[in-house]
Amino acid sequence: MRNFDYQKPAQESEAIRSGQTTGARFIAGGTLLVDLLRLDVEQPELLVDLSALPWRQIEVAADGVRIGALVSNSDLAEHPAILAGFPALSQALLSGASPQLRNMATVGGNLLQRTRCAYFRDVAVSACNKRKAGSGCAALAGYSRMHAVLGVSDQCIALHPSDMCVALLAMDAVVHTRGPDGERSIFLADFHTLPGAHPEIESALKHGELVTHVSLPKTSFSARSAYVKARDRASYAFALASSAAAIDLDGQIIRQARVALGGVGTKPWRCMEVEQALVGRPATREVFQAAAALAMSDARTTEHNGFKVQLARRVIVRALERVGGVL
Amino acid sequence: MTFGNVGRPVSRVDGPLKVTGKAQYAAEIPVANVAHAVLVTSAVGRGHLRSIDTRRAEQVPGVLHVITSGNVPPLPGAKKKTDPNDRILQVLQEDEIHYPDQPIAIVVASTLESAQEAAFLVSATYAADELHADLMPIGQDRYKPKKAGPSGDADTKRGDVEAAVNGAAVRIDQTYSTPVQNHNPMEPHALTVVWQGEDHVTLYDTSQGIFAVRKKVSALFGIPAANVRVISRFVGGGFGCKGSPWSHVGLAAIAARVAQRPVKLALTRQQMFSLVGHRPKTIQHLVLAADRKGKLLAVQHESVSETSRFDEFVEPAAVVTRMLYSCPNVRTTHRLVKLDIPTPTFMRAPGESTGTFALESAMDELAVELKLDPLQLRLENYAERDEGEDKPWSSKSLRECYEQGAARFGWSRRNATPRAMRDGCWLVGYGMATATYPARQSGSSAVAKFRRDGSLLVQAGSQDIGTGTYTIMAQIAADALGVPLETVTFELGDTIMPETPVSGGSQTASSTGSAVRLAALALREKLIATALADPQSALHGLKADAVLLSGGQLTAQGQPGKQDSLSALVARSGGSEISAQISSVEKLERAQYSLHSFGAQFVEVRVDEDTAEVRVARAVGAFAAGKILNPKTARSQFYGGMVWGIGFALEEHSVRDARSGRVVTRDLADYHVPVHADVPELVVLMVDEHDPHVNEIGAKGIGEIGITGISAAIANAVYNATGKRVRDLPITLDKLI
Ligand SMILES: Cc1cc2nc3c(=O)[nH]c(=O)nc-3n(C[C@H](O)[C@H](O)[C@H](O)COP(=O)(O)OP(=O)(O)OC[C@H]3O[C@@H](n4cnc5c(N)ncnc54)[C@H](O)[C@@H]3O)c2cc1C
Ligand code: SF4
Repeated sequence: MRNFDYQKPAQESEAIRSGQTTGARFIAGGTLLVDLLRLDVEQPELLVDLSALPWRQIEVAADGVRIGALVSNSDLAEHPAILAGFPALSQALLSGASPQLRNMATVGGNLLQRTRCAYFRDVAVSACNKRKAGSGCAALAGYSRMHAVLGVSDQCIALHPSDMCVALLAMDAVVHTRGPDGERSIFLADFHTLPGAHPEIESALKHGELVTHVSLPKTSFSARSAYVKARDRASYAFALASSAAAIDLDGQIIRQARVALGGVGTKPWRCMEVEQALVGRPATREVFQAAAALAMSDARTTEHNGFKVQLARRVIVRALERVGGVL
Repeated sequence: MTFGNVGRPVSRVDGPLKVTGKAQYAAEIPVANVAHAVLVTSAVGRGHLRSIDTRRAEQVPGVLHVITSGNVPPLPGAKKKTDPNDRILQVLQEDEIHYPDQPIAIVVASTLESAQEAAFLVSATYAADELHADLMPIGQDRYKPKKAGPSGDADTKRGDVEAAVNGAAVRIDQTYSTPVQNHNPMEPHALTVVWQGEDHVTLYDTSQGIFAVRKKVSALFGIPAANVRVISRFVGGGFGCKGSPWSHVGLAAIAARVAQRPVKLALTRQQMFSLVGHRPKTIQHLVLAADRKGKLLAVQHESVSETSRFDEFVEPAAVVTRMLYSCPNVRTTHRLVKLDIPTPTFMRAPGESTGTFALESAMDELAVELKLDPLQLRLENYAERDEGEDKPWSSKSLRECYEQGAARFGWSRRNATPRAMRDGCWLVGYGMATATYPARQSGSSAVAKFRRDGSLLVQAGSQDIGTGTYTIMAQIAADALGVPLETVTFELGDTIMPETPVSGGSQTASSTGSAVRLAALALREKLIATALADPQSALHGLKADAVLLSGGQLTAQGQPGKQDSLSALVARSGGSEISAQISSVEKLERAQYSLHSFGAQFVEVRVDEDTAEVRVARAVGAFAAGKILNPKTARSQFYGGMVWGIGFALEEHSVRDARSGRVVTRDLADYHVPVHADVPELVVLMVDEHDPHVNEIGAKGIGEIGITGISAAIANAVYNATGKRVRDLPITLDKLI
């Protein structure tokens, strides 16, 4: 890693000011960033450590939950309000990384975690548009078993690896930010951006803008939610495909549904076509299967990741079975 | 004479040091004025280094030297091999690039951070050539190596395979492949080098073979071996990659010499995928022919594996087929393909682990074809002697392993029809396979010293790679001399101690254990003789066989009053100790026998019907490996082998980019090994076995057999669960869905 300056502001305003410096980077739990520094993928001149800021609260209100950006992945997963009201989120968090990492990792850092694309992480590989705009994409004709099949472009097929974000997407989460131009509230669905011609841009966040907290509205479906993740080993592995599903039932009939996918998209992926096919139908395996079959129709696969199309549909069915009382 | 320490589940004597962090590993040795070295490696996999620019690196504060091929001291011996297991090193003596991540420079700085930063600032340009880094099923130049493994010819043949295959009622003809794997011990390769003048050097290394390191460094620098001291007291896992000195050892020694101060070097996890060997990919073609009852009529096993262009390593995968089953017509061959890759090396059970996957999968396919219980098929073809070597077994208890393993597992409850056993959304499958590993022994030596304070010090160069060597050697010595275990100290890991072989091939207990026992016995004789010759001893003038030695006390037989203590004896001798040193050689009678451990692996897997995720639900391994010196440390070895088997079957795979040859799965998030959740309760049964021929201590070696057979047992269980046969490891869900 290269030499850098380090600041640990006690005030939000100070953090925002420092964050404006060119070459500045925020650091929270450091589980991602330190890795990228060691690999020389990121070369910040200034690290602004957020850990002294007072953003470790989980506030529960009648209309939802407000989660500070520095809340650890472990604390969030174990919080009673999350376990009871948003089980998919708790399950998603607990399916990610390892206990040690979850103790360090924060909500803000998880939202902004970067791809695991091996070509992105190996600086000896020159072609990576995400690392160096315009340099090409080594993954397109490379080993792409873990890469995305939805939302890909000719410039980048990097997977968004987060589990947490998939559950947040299904729960209609909103990301709250603060920067030099003031505060913003951004739907999670709009927070991450598609690679398109600019894979180096990954979110709606501007340079120096901070995520302060995330809010989860209380909905009729969030308590009946689940997260299912298929992976290469029983624990401590990124998703090959995962799904967060939530439904609101009227007797046996589905009133509302949310279905999101992880492990397949360049960003967390919501499956509206599946949701629409569920509404008004009974919660049965056949209905789930028919609806899930509509997902992934836009998938663009490579020679290594074609299996994700089937797998994604199957994890959707499994997640729906969990919440639909079929399993 | 035995006092019951051998065979007891003694806890590791070095355990407290390790769990309290007091055990110092190679990169932790406190050395004054130490500088830090970081390797810069090649971005391309084949070609030439055209230019290298070190100016920016040299400007980083704290940087002392940036060594490249342009300013490195010449080492004329760099490309020489001292024996077939020796590796050809890349120590900056040329500009040719043979494989990705080959070292091209070494940065030395006063702090690690400066060295790391400067390493990123070294920039190089290359003339890159087209490369080939993937072993293909067809269309590559294959050649026949001289040997296959330490003990085998490349090709063997008995009987007439073709005729037997043509006439057979049932045939299996399939190709199996095993991927590139990397050892990835928890502790990366690391060393601290201290030169004492121009021609004396001490290396604190993490090594499975300190004497090989001594030889290599002596050859590289042209200094006498006696001037090179290698110390390796603790090794955080080896598994074969620490069995040979690799380039970084020479490079660290160069760096320390150039910097004229001690230098510390630790490889990064990413470098561990390229600089210290790997298990080569194999493609194995198996033909089995049998009659309707399941009697094998012919077996043909052709194995192809990869090696580097500049050096040779053979994965001897077909060797196991020469001896495992009774069969009149057997042909085995090994071929190599040279690729633009670093040289592969031994990895836990080299040959046996890869070979048993293919052979034991094929046996399962034959059982399916014959509608025969796979265990029955193996009993049908039980080898009563080694038909390959045409020798009797020194001992073999495989039948007992099958019986005890099957009973404990509940094999009789298996439903042979795929997809017939279920549990919710899981498809359940049972599989089994045979395990085997040769019982090796090499010459070794040890010294035993009885000291005035009543303690016994035993020393042998050797290494403890986490297997329990410190503990079992103390047990062996205590029993041989007849002293309490608490009074015995065993020291190892230093080339100033008696020379021993590499800790590999499951041979340390057998080789160095024998030497330790013989040294302690020789010391016993010497102590008794000293007492008998000493006029001041109460035992003076007695005959040696009239004296008992127990608990550190000599007593005349039948005369309890006539006693002498060993410590008093040493004190009267005028010295501080009485010692005996022994060099053991292989037991002569070994040559008459074929010597192997055997075992049986039984596995239950669960395969998710929708997602095709495979999990091992339980496994039973029954092993017969001669005398078990310490059931506690032995159990850990068997467990470790079986856990490796789970990784082998389901997870481990080093993927190379086809264009650049670079390893894509270059960290432990991408290169999967089993985590706790992947490892169910494992049952290890140690089957009693007495082998009077194998060596002085009757132990056959247990470090590697646990990983043999099990990957086939898992693949066979996956077939039983799903009806799908995966012949290309690892079995990931995309191959099943
Ligand atoms: C071995 C390993 C396995 C993993 N497995 C999984 C897995 O299975 N599933 C999964 O979902 N994740 C996994 N992860 C990723 C893990 O979730 C992230 O590393 C973690 O969430 C990042 O959080 P952090 O606080 O440590 O972020 P940091 O490393 O501190 O920061 C990450 C990024 O976020 C930015 N940032 C952080 N906080 C803020 C803020 N408040 N405002 C603006 N920017 C901010 C930083 O500038 C940086 O760019 C794994 C990570 C590792 C190392
Ligand atoms: S997929 Fe994206 S991150 Fe990966 S190499 Fe291509 S551009 Fe870079």
